[in-house]
Parts: sequence; structure tokens; C-alpha cells
Amino acid sequence: MGPIVADKPAIDIELKAPAGDWRDARVEFRKGTFSNASLPKDLIPLGLPNPRKWQPTDLDWQLPRDWQRILLEGMRERLARYRSFRLFMDVCVRCGACADKCHFYLGSGDPKNMPFARAELVRSVYRRYFTTSGRLFGKLAGARELTEDVVKEWFYYFYQCTECRRCSIYCPFGIDTAEITMIVRELLSLIGVSTHWVTEPAANCYRVGNHLGIAPHAFKDGLDFARDELRDITGLDIEIPINRKGAEVLFVMPSADYFATPHYYTLLGYMMLFKEIGLDFTVSAYASEGGNFGLFHSNDLMKRLNAKIYAEAKRLGVKWILGGECGHMWRVLHQYMDTMNGPADFLEVPVSPLTGTRFENAVSTKMVHICEFTADLLYHEKIKLDRTRNDAYIVTYHDSCNPARAMGLLEEPRYVLERSCNHFHEMPAKTIREYTFCCGSGAGLGNDENMEMRLRGGFPRANAVRHVRAEHGVNLLACICAIDKATLPTLMDYWVPGVQVAGVHELLGNALVMRGEKERVTNVRGEPLAKGGAADG
Amino acid sequence: MKALAAAAALVAALAIAGALAGAVPGGAAAVTVVLPYVAFCTLLGGLTWQVWRWAQTPVPYRIPTTCGQQRSLPWIRTAPIDNPDNGIMAAIRVVIEALTFRSLLRNSRARVGAGRLEFSEARLLWLASLVLHWSLLVIVLRHLRFVFLPTPFFVPTLDAVDGFLRIGAPPLLITDVLVLAALLYLLGRRVATPMLRYMSLFTDYFALLLLLGIALSGMAMRYVAPVNLVSVKEFALALVALHPLVPAAPSMLLLVHLMLVSTLAIYLPFSKLVHFGGVFLSPTRNLANNSRRVRHINPWNHAVPTHTYAEWEAEYAEKMKLAGLPVDGADRGG
Repeated sequence: MGPIVADKPAIDIELKAPAGDWRDARVEFRKGTFSNASLPKDLIPLGLPNPRKWQPTDLDWQLPRDWQRILLEGMRERLARYRSFRLFMDVCVRCGACADKCHFYLGSGDPKNMPFARAELVRSVYRRYFTTSGRLFGKLAGARELTEDVVKEWFYYFYQCTECRRCSIYCPFGIDTAEITMIVRELLSLIGVSTHWVTEPAANCYRVGNHLGIAPHAFKDGLDFARDELRDITGLDIEIPINRKGAEVLFVMPSADYFATPHYYTLLGYMMLFKEIGLDFTVSAYASEGGNFGLFHSNDLMKRLNAKIYAEAKRLGVKWILGGECGHMWRVLHQYMDTMNGPADFLEVPVSPLTGTRFENAVSTKMVHICEFTADLLYHEKIKLDRTRNDAYIVTYHDSCNPARAMGLLEEPRYVLERSCNHFHEMPAKTIREYTFCCGSGAGLGNDENMEMRLRGGFPRANAVRHVRAEHGVNLLACICAIDKATLPTLMDYWVPGVQVAGVHELLGNALVMRGEKERVTNVRGEPLAKGGAADG
Repeated sequence: MKALAAAAALVAALAIAGALAGAVPGGAAAVTVVLPYVAFCTLLGGLTWQVWRWAQTPVPYRIPTTCGQQRSLPWIRTAPIDNPDNGIMAAIRVVIEALTFRSLLRNSRARVGAGRLEFSEARLLWLASLVLHWSLLVIVLRHLRFVFLPTPFFVPTLDAVDGFLRIGAPPLLITDVLVLAALLYLLGRRVATPMLRYMSLFTDYFALLLLLGIALSGMAMRYVAPVNLVSVKEFALALVALHPLVPAAPSMLLLVHLMLVSTLAIYLPFSKLVHFGGVFLSPTRNLANNSRRVRHINPWNHAVPTHTYAEWEAEYAEKMKLAGLPVDGADRGG
């Protein structure tokens, strides 16, 4: 496993098991394969324990003196609070069906990246301290002591899991490594072991409102800039209202949509759509982040960040909430928000003002996914699309992990895509929909210092894209996730050069025929529109 | 391989202890009467305790893993079982999983070669597991002939179907062959797959070898050194009636069989063999994916500190006013 060199992909999965015993916890923190540690400046405002300056490569991690007691107490608490955790510690039979389903295992060949092995790292400690057989028979019962080396090993491997849940669909007992990873990260955070790439955005989001810490006036500048660009592209004045009380809909998007590319083109797409249908909406500067890096740290932090969305909907007096394209954001909105911060009894059941469709699937949470909303508009023919405007693109679609395996939002984005472009080809069946492969950078791993592991973890996804590029000449990978948009371009550049990454609503924005618009000469990226279109095939 | 050796040694030691029990004063009584009672009580008590422990642990969040299209817009075709929208469909999902091991059926094999990742079908694990569990069920049901008088009506039918090959006398039972084949495959796979061997624990081998020992000793009593079925039934009926009789000259094979079965019963509730709990109680599988339609309640949903709008605005109000953004300031004063 040499380091990856730019011109020579060095993926070689060794199928020989390494010598020695897996219970040996020592890991080597090799550059490129781990994330940097959290900084006090982020932990202190969040009130998180043990703020200090340290790095995973340090010999001494400066853990609190009673770190072991804290971890075991934390485990005891969570075993009593989460049936998932208790059950997943008890029932694994190590059949290994999950092993080659993990993108990190496939990309690294490291046996501890097999999902059941990853879980075994904590299960062994569970046995030692929480089961009679483990206490009595120790190693024979698969138990091991909780040492500082084990803490380091947990940090390494549970920040080498993107909580994508792919292993879980193959498990006969539904054991969900994402759930185990979430709980172990939560445990580690109790002794101040977490990563900078997770806690900095979380701290910014908590205090300022979004991951990058863009203050409200700068947020407005960013959106004003989009307004200018939209005028250039469409000739129309498209206002983006901020903190407007009494709007019908609060629109929440991941902040990357207004500060990063290619996300930004998706923002342009949303705004063109809202203008065309005359949606009465507002965005919020206080809840200017749909993403939730708390999910990658602890359930409490997830809840603290998420609380803003309902609070702001209530303050602004909107009727319901619409959410943009973002994978883990939708995991939180779909599976956690209502339970954590509901009930949303101050809101109304979402009804599309154009089609009259009542979103029955969101009657309690009162939040609708933009793809559900747009698919409904298209089905009722409320908007007109000129798909030839996307003829330069030969498109494939990457299902983001969370909308696929924690929602089942599979057809809606495809419905929008297939009506927005002429050339659309699916990747192989075992790599899309519920079988989709992660981008390799989710759950807070998308930082530059972790680049080698990201490229390894993203290899299975890239491999499938390479397949459709060879077969159909695919040059655009569409997706509905902010982390995908941030990290897939790097992955594509490395493994499948020549493939760009775009949001579904970017393609929709290109194709959208707007009343009163000038003749489009460029797409939302400012690239001239292809005349005649690309050849399909 | 140390784990495998230790497990094999323990199963062998148990079998030998069983075999020799008849030669020790009181040994036969211990293995044929005391041990079965202890084992039965442990099995029942242990399983009850395990299930109670899981069932009373709350499920704070609704976290099903969805394997198909959700129910959203009425004109989109959904996957009602793989992405259940209500409790009934979720229950059907669980039952299908329990009866057919559907998730294992998804299994595929990924291989990297020449910088490419390739997938192939891999259904053997599914087949072996399914065969093992169904065969074990049939075998357990067949054993009911020993503990009920009259013999339950379905047992002779089961025997007839099971012996449909009509090879030998007594006829070879197909489940006997299948259970052996499945156990040997699972054992062989565990030993032959480097990564699996690397991670395998004592318990992984012990469970398989114990079952193998039970199957072999049982089959030996049928095909190799037949025992007197009438006396075995008398013994078993007496045991069930709580008037135990120690068999006068118990077959060595019967002692080994009882020893291993009792060990399994005692071991089961406290080992990975309780994995059936995962099929029925796993929140990723037994919950409906309707969390936006029906609010899920977390019984311990505790309060957390938040950064309120008022606190936030207090920090940015001046800049917001300059940028022309609306502020609530006046409301706060009131």
C-alpha cells in the first residue's frame, strides 16, 4: 500500500490476511489517511470537553485522567438508551457478508475496514466490560482491554467510515455500521477526541449560522451576487428574499450552495425555478445551513444545530419548509428532526401552491425535498423544459447514500433529470440506488489532509463512473448532495478525468424555459450552449 | 487458527466426557437427567432475559435502512416491502427476512483486478445459511416424536418427506445430509477465507463444531449404531413428565448427543447464537420509513443548549441593518 501518486493509481487490495492478531490495537497515523484534531477555538464555544491543542500523530493525546471511566460510563449510558447499540453489540455472527461492501475496505484492503471488523473493535471492549462471558473468559470470548491504543484505533477506523449504511443492507440482522460509528464518535467526543473538519463547521454553524461562518451581511452579498449572475444568464431580475416574515415557504439549503462550486450552479437553478413559478419563499440568515456536521460528532450536537430550522420557521411565520439538495442534511431532516426538535405543530401541512399536491409523506415534519417538489411540478406540467440546452452533457446519476438508504428518494431526482437532459445513462445496477457507493468523503472526512483515504474510499464509485464513461462517453456526474459536489470533482479528476459534477437542479435551471427570459446563450456555468447537441453513445 | 484448535478441543473434550459418563458412578444420571434439566432452564431463562433486555431498551430514533423507493408522490411506484411505509409492511419485511434471509440473498462478491472493480454473484453463503436453519428446524420438529405421546400428527409426514430419497434402511433423511453439508461449508469458508479467518473468534468455530458434533452423534445413532428407539422414547417421555428415569445401559452415543445438545442450550442465550433477535428487533429493519408522516417519540429526548435567534441577532444586528436586512430588535425590547 504505497502512497497514491498522481499518475499511478496505487490500489492493490491484498487478499492475504495480515500476520498477527487483530486485537493488537496499534495503528500507524500515516499522512494522508487521517483527519486533523479539533481545535480549542471550536470546542470552547460549543462547550465540548477537553479542549486542547493536539494531533493524532502525538504520542500523548492528553486525554483526561479518568478517560477510561468516562468512556465506559458513556458506553453504559448508550447501551441503556439505544436498542440499536445493544443489539448490534450482541447479534453479529461475523458471517462476513458485509466485508467487501465497504468502499473503504475495497479501496484500502485493510481488514479492519470490513464493517464487521470495524464493529468488532468496539464489540471486543463491550464484551470485556459488559458481558459475563467476556469478564470470565477474556480473550477466548473475544474480549479485550480498553487501552489508549484502542482509543487511537477507534479514532482511526471510526473516522474511516462515512456512515453510508451500504453494509447494513447486506446484513441479515440489519446491523448498521453508521449507527455504531455515530455512537463511537459520540463516545470519543466525551474525552475530547474529534476532528477539526467536523467541529469547526459545527461551531461556525452554531454561532454564525453556517459552516464557513459567513455572517448575515456577507450572506446577503453572496446572494446578491447570484442575483447579478442570474440577470446575466436569463435577463430577469431574480430576488432572493432573506429573513422575510410571512413568506409561505422557508427554503433551507446546505451553505455550500452559496459559497462553493459546483454547488453554486445548483443555487442558480433553484432560484430560477422559484422565480418561474412565483414561489412565495424566504431564506434565513440565522438558519443559513441545512447541512449538519453535528451528525458526524454526537446526537446532542446534531440536535443543537438542527433546532434552528424549526425555531426560524416559527419566528418567520412560514407555513412549511422546503429543503435543498444535500445528503446528510436529509438524513437529519427525514429521520431525526421531528423526533428531536418537533412537533412542528406551528406549521401547516405542505401543499404545493401550483399543483395543489398535499405532501402526505411530510404531514408531520412539514418539510419537503426539493426533488419531490420539482418532480410534482413536472408531473403536472407546470414548468416547461428545453432539454437540448443540456445537450453538451452526457449524464449519469450518483445516488447519495443518505437519500438512497435512509429515505428511498430514488425516482424523484431521476424524474427531474430525465426531463432536463437528452443523454442519461445509469451506472451498473449494483452501484446505484440502494446499492450506491459512497463518494468516500462523507461524514466529515472530506478534508485535504485525509486525501489518500478519500481517493481510496471513492474508488468503487469512480470505477462505476469510469465504466459508463467508457460505454457511453459520460461527462457529467449528477448528484443531490453537497458533500458529493465538494468532493466528487477531486475524485473524478484522479480516477476518471473529464467528468464534471453537477446538482440535479443545475441541469433543471439550464433547461427551464422562463417567461420573459432573454435567449439563453450560456448554461448556468457561463459556458456557451452547444448547438446541435452532443452525440449520444 | 488458535481459536479453531481451542474450539475443536473443547467440543472433543465435551464429547469424550459424555462418552465416558456411563462408566462413572452417577455419571449417567448427571448427563441424562441433571444436565438436560439445567440446560432447558438455562435456555428458557437466558432467552427470556436476553429478549427482555433488548425489548426494554428504547428506540430513540426511527432509523430504517431503505432498500427501494419511498412513498412520496402518489404516481411514483414504491417498493412497499423494501421501503415499508407502515407497520404492517415493516412486519412483512421482517417475516420475509426471517423466512428467506433476503438480505443475504443480495450478497455479491467484489474483486479488484487490473485497477478495476468487478462484481459477481455470491449466493452460496445465503444458500448454506438457509439450508442450515431450515434443516435444523425440521430436525427439531422430527425430535418431537420423542417427547410427545401420541406422536404429533405432522411428524410422520415430515419423516416421509425428509426420507423421500428412500436410500438405505432406516431411510437416509435429506435434512441430515443438508445440515452436514451446510455446516462443513460454513466451517470451510471461515477457514479458507483469509480475512474471515483473521477476524474469527473462538465462538465462531465453537458454534459450528458443536452443531457438527450434535449432528454426527445423532446420525450415528440412526445409521451406524442404532439405539433402541422405544427405550429412548421412554426415557424422554419420563424426562418431560418430570419423573426422570436414568436409562439402565445408555448408549454411549446417546450420552455424547445429550451432552452436546445440553451444552448448546446452555451456551446459546449468551453467545452470538442469539442472533435471531437481530432479525426481529433491529430498528433498521422492523420500523416503517414514515418519519416525516408520523412523529416518532424518543422517550428520553433531553433538552440541549441552543444558540437562539435573539442571541444571534444581538451579535449581528448593526451589520444587518447596514446591509438592509430586517431585524427583530424592537420585538426583543418589548
